[in-house]
Amino acid sequence: MAKVTIDGQSIEVPDGTTILQAARMIGGDNVPPAMCYYSKLKTSGGYCRTCIVKVSKGSDKDPRPMPKLVPSCRTTVMDGMEVQNNTSPEVLEARRGVVEFLLINHPLDCPICDQAGECHLQDLGYENGAAKTRYDFPRRKFEMIDIGPYIKLHMTRCIMCFRCIKVADQITDNRSQGMLFRGDASEISTYIEKVIDNDFSGNVIDVCPVGALTDRMNRFKSRVWFTKPMDAHRDCKKCSGKVTLWEKGEEVLRVTSRKDKWGEAEEWICNECRFEKKHINDWVIEGPRQVDPHSVISLNHYQNVLKLKLESGKPQKQMLLGKK
Amino acid sequence: MGKKILLEHVNVPGINTLEVYRQNGGYASVEKSLKTMAPEVIVEEVKKSGLRGRGGAGFPTGMKWSFLAKPEGVERYLVVNADESEPGTFKDRYLMEKIPHILIEGMITSSFALGAKTSYIYIRGEYFYVARILEAAIEEAYAAGLLGKNILGTNFSHDVFVQIGAGAYICGEETALLESLEGKRGNPRIKPPFPAIAGLYGCPTVVNNVETIAAVPYIVMNGGDAYAKIGIGRSTGTKLISASGHINKPGVYEIEMGITVEDFIYSDEYCGGILNGKKLKAVVAGGSSVPILPAGFILTTEKGEPRLMTYESLSDGGFVSGTSMGSGGFIVYDETTSIVKNLYTFARFYHHESCGQCSPCREGTGWMEKILHRILEGHGKPSDIDLLWDIQRKIEGNTICPLGDAAAWPVASAIRHFRAEFEEYINHPERITDVKHLQELVS
Repeated sequence: MAKVTIDGQSIEVPDGTTILQAARMIGGDNVPPAMCYYSKLKTSGGYCRTCIVKVSKGSDKDPRPMPKLVPSCRTTVMDGMEVQNNTSPEVLEARRGVVEFLLINHPLDCPICDQAGECHLQDLGYENGAAKTRYDFPRRKFEMIDIGPYIKLHMTRCIMCFRCIKVADQITDNRSQGMLFRGDASEISTYIEKVIDNDFSGNVIDVCPVGALTDRMNRFKSRVWFTKPMDAHRDCKKCSGKVTLWEKGEEVLRVTSRKDKWGEAEEWICNECRFEKKHINDWVIEGPRQVDPHSVISLNHYQNVLKLKLESGKPQKQMLLGKK
Repeated sequence: MGKKILLEHVNVPGINTLEVYRQNGGYASVEKSLKTMAPEVIVEEVKKSGLRGRGGAGFPTGMKWSFLAKPEGVERYLVVNADESEPGTFKDRYLMEKIPHILIEGMITSSFALGAKTSYIYIRGEYFYVARILEAAIEEAYAAGLLGKNILGTNFSHDVFVQIGAGAYICGEETALLESLEGKRGNPRIKPPFPAIAGLYGCPTVVNNVETIAAVPYIVMNGGDAYAKIGIGRSTGTKLISASGHINKPGVYEIEMGITVEDFIYSDEYCGGILNGKKLKAVVAGGSSVPILPAGFILTTEKGEPRLMTYESLSDGGFVSGTSMGSGGFIVYDETTSIVKNLYTFARFYHHESCGQCSPCREGTGWMEKILHRILEGHGKPSDIDLLWDIQRKIEGNTICPLGDAAAWPVASAIRHFRAEFEEYINHPERITDVKHLQELVS
């Protein structure tokens, strides 16, 4: 076990835990944002640099601070380590820089993007971004690609988190997409637009933090905050069959995996569940999906309106303490 | 004349052949180390020698070797980094082209010290003809029993392979090099783990520069102490410097650490002064990545002492008034040079070579290039200088590998030391095209 202190809050965690995981265990406002790290995908993280933190004390054995800011998702804790996240102006400054870099070539087409409302880049931008851009050059553009009948690849919005590549590597049998070219010309692509044909390929949509990979069947159908998320399940031979249905009236617009509070899929679901079971009778409804009350998705989430009012009145930290 | 260790026999006709190389004392270190020395003793001698990595970072080689993990039953590798891609650096090419056997000799001895049965030379794609020279030399060594099974009748067996890269600058970064060597896309790995623990194919690996490995035979033959006597302080031995730019005698020079920079630029033994008798404007002392320094700072340190060609003296004053030894790519600029134009060339290079993995480098390098291009074309805005400064500051230290730092430092130093020139480009773009006006700006 190792004791780590993040922004003054201490926790004992098993050896090999990363700083980010430890911060998530503590919870609250001091969890560094993560755009490329995904706890369910091995070797993910380290690329986007949004989760960088300052290690002001390496460990009890070697108290020297680390010379540079480190990605918290890929740095394991040591016993006695002290980490500064929101308490370090240096970290906040660097993070604002990273957010600016992520946004300079992003089209900011949120008004026409299906991901808007559940986009991690939007959240990140609200929390750490500047109101005005300093970038006055033409932005990078790519042609849209249909990857098979179900998935739309809109590379212009991509922030190169590599999650979809890791999904293809680790969840599906074989990977046919990857990174082409180099530097800011690099793009995620299936080689010569080869169709991803795999039972679990749809999960790339769920892991994409932005609107680069979206569900073609749900394209432009509705803003996410006008739909109603419902937990549901069915007997499926390929996957657990536990999903979230996004309903509008009686219509099932979209089926996704269930996302936890960090926006990560709880369980991978198969393409049959995701794309082919779009009728309400295909599913056993469990009840409304709990979504973070602060999320825009909760705006129309009337089932819990009383609880929502109560919860949003309290500061977030207290809520979490109350849950313990 | 300073002492020569690597290039002592460079002018001997036929030194590229095994026969002539052996007549000049070649491969004696293989004989000595394999038959009379224990591997740990060699590592100890290298530690004593104070030899530092010649690729750019200057990390003590003996220390790097002693970090190598040695789990039972796991292969260890030595990988020689011959992906010399730092702009302004061409010393390894010269050494391998002229005396290929010195590298192979160093590799056998070093591999014996490290317990590596296999070693690789990863050479950049543009050096394909050098790879042929190396392959011919390796073939000769195999035929003479210096490579292969039971070298010189001892129990030590060793194989050397040459792998040609495809020309990406990033593959000079050691973990990207290992990825490329494994046949993957040359993207730097996220560290830790370091190559000494999990390197090539996940096995403990030492990655060293060509020049570093080529210095090992001398250390084995003469002892670490003899090597440490050359040079000053922690900068021991000799260093190959690739001198280029506006000088009378560009080329590769082997210098004893500790000669003055002034001596190196102006003496006839080395660069022979500035071309056409012009004034010195600036120097990039260690390849394009290190900070550029104006004449005043490169010749003397802030304390007024003459600056020496050593790791410590070149970096004296930090990045405010100092620079770094880097890879020894010594680029000299005379008074007619446009620093902004030069910086644009560098920025374009780093933008082109960024691998695209992490966001600050992928997006920041392109942004800096675009701003510099605008300034150069006469469309710069007064706020651009501060914007450039801010961008480079947000890249530096926040990337996976040192390419981000390498892209940031030239921008920072050019703005720090030549801000007036940037302002002139922005405020009076019509005047700046005049070379005479540039010269006036210097004085």
